[in-house]
Amino acid sequence: MIRQEDMTIVSQKLIASNIYELTLKGDLVEEMEQPGQFVHIRVHQHVSPLLRRPISIAAIRKDLQTVTLIYRAEGDGTSLLAKSRSGDKVNVMGPLGNGFPIDDLGKGQVALLVGGGIGVPPLYELSLQLRNKGVEVIHVLGFESVEKSFYLDQFSELGKTFVATVDGSLGTKGFVTDVIEKEKIDFECLYSCGPLPMLRALEERFATKKGYISLEQRMGCGIGACLACVCHVANDPTMKKYQKVCSDGPVFRMGEVMI
Amino acid sequence: MNPLQIELPGLSLKNPIMPASGCFGFGREYSQFYDLSMLGAIMIKATTYESRFGNATPRVAETPAGMLNAIGLQNPGLQGVLTNELPWLEQFDVPIIANVAGSQVEDYVEVAKEISKAPNVKALELNISCPNVKTGGIAFGTIPEVARDLTKKVKDVSEVPVYVKLSPNVTNIVEMAKAVEDAGADGLTMINTLLGMRIDIRTGRPILANRTGGLSGPAIKPVAIRMIYEVSQQVNIPIIGMGGIQHVDDIIEYFYAGASAVAIGTANFVDPLICPTLIKELPEKLAELKIDHISEIVGRSWKSEVI
Repeated sequence: MIRQEDMTIVSQKLIASNIYELTLKGDLVEEMEQPGQFVHIRVHQHVSPLLRRPISIAAIRKDLQTVTLIYRAEGDGTSLLAKSRSGDKVNVMGPLGNGFPIDDLGKGQVALLVGGGIGVPPLYELSLQLRNKGVEVIHVLGFESVEKSFYLDQFSELGKTFVATVDGSLGTKGFVTDVIEKEKIDFECLYSCGPLPMLRALEERFATKKGYISLEQRMGCGIGACLACVCHVANDPTMKKYQKVCSDGPVFRMGEVMI
Repeated sequence: MNPLQIELPGLSLKNPIMPASGCFGFGREYSQFYDLSMLGAIMIKATTYESRFGNATPRVAETPAGMLNAIGLQNPGLQGVLTNELPWLEQFDVPIIANVAGSQVEDYVEVAKEISKAPNVKALELNISCPNVKTGGIAFGTIPEVARDLTKKVKDVSEVPVYVKLSPNVTNIVEMAKAVEDAGADGLTMINTLLGMRIDIRTGRPILANRTGGLSGPAIKPVAIRMIYEVSQQVNIPIIGMGGIQHVDDIIEYFYAGASAVAIGTANFVDPLICPTLIKELPEKLAELKIDHISEIVGRSWKSEVI
């Protein structure tokens, strides 16, 4: 069930250039199940910045009643959030949206998780849950540069992890698709989150494979009422059918919506 | 006596607080959070004759103390609303105000005629002020003669009272208000959003795919207050006020300016429970201010002025 709660900041760490890892504690964690879901955060009670910030869930720890979020401090809201400290309260609405389905795969099958930049975080909880089911996980993570890379050790603990950077400062110079090609990675199901050009390239290359992508879009309400974050359904000649990224997504089957 | 009970043309409201059109869909999403029967009324998402997908994304951009939107009147069309949305809303004990939009006179007339027959639609809100569609919309809301003509034609076919939603994007708001009052409007709702733009300094391009959008949120409240203050002194029909309401004090300010009820828009996105919270807090505020009934204070700001 979606709820609002003032959660307590347990820790906040700068883990890469402008990238923060925020861990929150509260009862709301009980509601969090699916990897790929997100929360909508109100950074303060003032009128500016006004709107909530959608941030994906990176890790759920039911035993500790904590949830970890990884975000980039970019605009007014996330920069303010980055200034908050352990013990501070932050208003969280969630969990929102539909996450990555993990029931398709069983023990011994191979999942390829492909993340780009700030699209990497939700893949961490996904990888944890797949691993718990005995699924073999392979990660291909793309970053702009080594300074902006994060969580490589954490992913490496769960499965084979390849890195691509645009400037070549870490791993393969180039894009995630170059790595997949180079390493001749085969898999049963693809899961991806990251910039649109990356998602488009993956959809094109693996058109016949099963896979899921998570989309990002500027949002208003986060619950499907304001229609700010819609996208067209693929192969719809009327161009009138739509899906809402916030409440129908953010995860869609590859090929389901126009990206 | 319920200090919040309000009687307006077509509307018997248990309280003067309702979600504003476009900020609440058709209520389904918010019904996860509370019983919609507690609302004074619901202003549902604008309905056009044909279904509309709306504009490309991005459709929203944040601004200081506000936001820009350019959704583009996305809606399932008249038949979709009559078949799926209004019957679903019948489970709640709440009057519906149907927002009617179009790109030509015939569209408005056809939608008004049909939607006003729905049993739970108790009033129409004529949307002559949407800034985000290419044709119609705002043109109807900026030229008094065009607004007068449209209001008259809609009044002729509507089975329920008609409120006209005024655009703030005009030089003389009083002239617009008087034009639609002359044409038979039963009430006014004001204000719609203010036309604005934001440019992404990294790309040098407007953020919104539609380039321009409608500004809402606390940033526009003083504009709405000023316009309601001016208009309420010049017309004899009630005004439902909206624009940036977040706190119970804002509601009092709107009533003092001359509003007889209020609508909550953007604040729903920040706090989905904002309407129930305000409905709970308003009687406490009235008691604190020693006001017996909310209707006592309509227009107090200008009624108390020494001329």
